[in-house]
Amino acid sequence: MLVNRKLILAHFWLAFAVFGIALTLGAWQMFIRSPIGTWLSNPELYYRSLTAHGTVMGYVFPTLVAMGFGYAISESALEQRLIGVRWAWTGFWLIVIGSVMAVIPIALGRASVLYTFYPPLIGNLFYYLGVVLVVVGSWIWVALMSINLRVWRKAHPGAAVPLAMFANVAGSYLWAWTAVGAALELLLQIIPVAAGLKNTIDAGLARVFFSWTLHAIVYFWLMPTYIAYYTIVPRAIGGRVYSDTMARISFILFLVVAMPIGMHHTFADPQVGAGFKFIHSAFTALVALPTLLTVFTICASVEIAARLRGGRGLFGWIGALPWDNPMMLALAFSFIMLGFGGAGGLINMSYQLDASIHNTQWITGHFHLIFGGAIVIMYFAIAYDLWPHLTGRELIDIRLIRTQLWLWFIGMIVTTFPWHWVGILGMPRRMAYFDFGDPAIAPQALSVTFSAIGGFVLLASGIMFIVILARGMRAPQIDAGAYRFALAVHQPTTVPVALNTHALWVALMIALTITNYGYPILNLATTAGTSVPAVYVGAQ
Amino acid sequence: MSTRDLFTFSNRHFTIGVGITAAILVVTAIAGFVVLPFAQPWVRFANVWDAICSAAGVAQRAANVTTPDQPKRLSEVVLTSRTLSRPSQEAIGRGATLAQRCAICHGPTGISRADSPNLAGQYAAVIYKELHDFRSGARANAVMSPFAVNLTDEEIADLSNYYAYLPRLPAYHPTPQLPKPNIVIYGAPMRGIAPCGSCHGSLDNKTGSPWLEGQSEAYMKAQLQAFASSERRNDISQQMRNIARAMTSQEIEAAAAYYASQPPDIVKAVD
Ligand code: HEM
Ligand SMILES: [Cu+2]
Repeated sequence: MLVNRKLILAHFWLAFAVFGIALTLGAWQMFIRSPIGTWLSNPELYYRSLTAHGTVMGYVFPTLVAMGFGYAISESALEQRLIGVRWAWTGFWLIVIGSVMAVIPIALGRASVLYTFYPPLIGNLFYYLGVVLVVVGSWIWVALMSINLRVWRKAHPGAAVPLAMFANVAGSYLWAWTAVGAALELLLQIIPVAAGLKNTIDAGLARVFFSWTLHAIVYFWLMPTYIAYYTIVPRAIGGRVYSDTMARISFILFLVVAMPIGMHHTFADPQVGAGFKFIHSAFTALVALPTLLTVFTICASVEIAARLRGGRGLFGWIGALPWDNPMMLALAFSFIMLGFGGAGGLINMSYQLDASIHNTQWITGHFHLIFGGAIVIMYFAIAYDLWPHLTGRELIDIRLIRTQLWLWFIGMIVTTFPWHWVGILGMPRRMAYFDFGDPAIAPQALSVTFSAIGGFVLLASGIMFIVILARGMRAPQIDAGAYRFALAVHQPTTVPVALNTHALWVALMIALTITNYGYPILNLATTAGTSVPAVYVGAQ
Repeated sequence: MSTRDLFTFSNRHFTIGVGITAAILVVTAIAGFVVLPFAQPWVRFANVWDAICSAAGVAQRAANVTTPDQPKRLSEVVLTSRTLSRPSQEAIGRGATLAQRCAICHGPTGISRADSPNLAGQYAAVIYKELHDFRSGARANAVMSPFAVNLTDEEIADLSNYYAYLPRLPAYHPTPQLPKPNIVIYGAPMRGIAPCGSCHGSLDNKTGSPWLEGQSEAYMKAQLQAFASSERRNDISQQMRNIARAMTSQEIEAAAAYYASQPPDIVKAVD
């Protein structure tokens, strides 16, 4: 029962509009620093673009997708009208205002600090305030998801919370808590300096706060994708979820272990003790667990679909899958990219191996493959799946949809594989210009050229995506029926309270944050003489 | 079952969840704080507590590390947002009077005929910093140092404001404008050299960096060589020394010749 379709559509459209802009900037960045582009001679423009691209792709776009999808899940999985529609619109408008507020200083070259803020670099105050508004807007969504679930529980005492909503609320709690790190960094450290109240900043402490956000935010980006794996794909290809319990365990594991691992982003930072780096590294290894569980469960669910369609044999069933179904394609592409990206991630998470790729193009190659590839391709799938239910119109261009997904997959592989490779060769990231005439990096010119071509393939695919959705707004009307989620092989009627509520896991998440972050933060905050003068962007 | 029953050890999920989490935490903590520190044969710890503190990142006084001598003084200039802001006409006038003694080298209009820097229209922060450095000894020059030693803070500020106030005039011997060499446009990213303009005004200005257009070629070349050989060392955090050291002598010449040939009025209006 999707009642507030306008609200959900507004979130999706805003998400995809800003995505289109940021994608264009991404393709341009790749081109301009490749051998086929002519160097701009003003690196400042590159960093403006990079700040806009990163801020939109990292904060605005995935947050809007998670919110829109979250509202859709709440209404359709709980079969209950959304409570707090006014608040939801308030959150939406806060994000609109925040984004505009952040983008203006970026465009003016007053906030080229990149989306990781890079203290002691300090940009225009309004950039940070804009980011804060985006986060506050999303926190309204968190509260609404929690309230809607609570109301539903009252009306259905003891009933099993539908998996989609259980996972959705887990994702929202994860986001609420992980955003606190960056919020502390902004409110306690960066904003006072940007507002002129202070002129020094403890850059080391700021980085630790940011690492609090930086890992779990990745799992927040991932949540809609995992929800789609479990609750959309099996239904769309005619199968069933292999295990509802396994799915719940995966989502609670994300809550518990996504948080206390962020210091793997500070392996090279001298202000963090090696003991804490080790603990975070060890917990990072654990975070592979829910992903492995998910890959297993989804493969099993897909196999169920194949066997229901008459597939036989040890692997023969793979041929029986509905390969012309966009959802099947998206899942397969997503898994392939997740597999390669995950393998690369093993290198990032280990203290020693990380040293060889730290701050190189490997890192950007890695997160584009996982985030831009495995995650975003499922955002496309979610939009395609929901669109007829939101617009009441049919998406007729199934061929075009398949082409779009293929192009995204091919483009992402062509972009990111050479991107990883030049990283291994030592090419640093976040550089605006490379002199490929220099014999030291001339051999990398070919790889970077491939990446740039891949970037344009991605751009083409992104434009197709937006065109398909826009045409979907004008297609013939149909009755799409109620929006449904996949059923499990053993559809649960009652679930143990621990797997039906989030309290225990949220408590563990907070406890582990305190054990793994408490001392390093206190230590840095109380050590004197650790602040450095701020460096103001564009100041005289 | 309510949440009250959730948080009790009679709830299997609670016991297992909390138990496994705590066990992992304890094991990794022992490994990270005790086992691994002692596994490094090249580090010695007084006792276990010492190892734990070290692994936790407690700031410790390093044993017997000798600080390298600092034979020459470093720049100690502090510039706050109020130091040079909105000079009064009076302050500029005082600066003009003081500047009489500079005119012999830097020219009566701030344009030098003697391969000294042109000061007319230079950023105030630059003049302020250099005079302070000459006074403190962070930068030394047989001619400038004696002039600077007797200046008060206020006099330095007045001089800076006066010269910043003067219009940027063409150099005394203008030469035809040369095209930009690569070292100026791109720097040399693989050697850690940013484009000159990212600090020196044409793209962006970083406080304390002068604009260079129309300055004496011989002067700029000499300064780059002095930075490269560390003879001059008043650049904060070695910003300019790191760059000059990585430049080839051809690049030094090309950059000096290029900037000398530019009219100063093309400096981006960033101030
Ligand atoms: C046309 C496709 C894309 C291209 C060619 C592209 C290209 C780039 C480039 C060149 C960078 C800068 C890397 C550096 O210099 O270190 C970058 C950064 C980034 N990209 Fe993309 N990108 C694309 C799509 C995406 C997508 C789909 C996402 C995620 C939704 C994404 C998220 C990011 C983020 C978060 C950063 C980090 C910004 C930073 O380092 O500050 N990009 N991208
Ligand atoms: Cu991470």
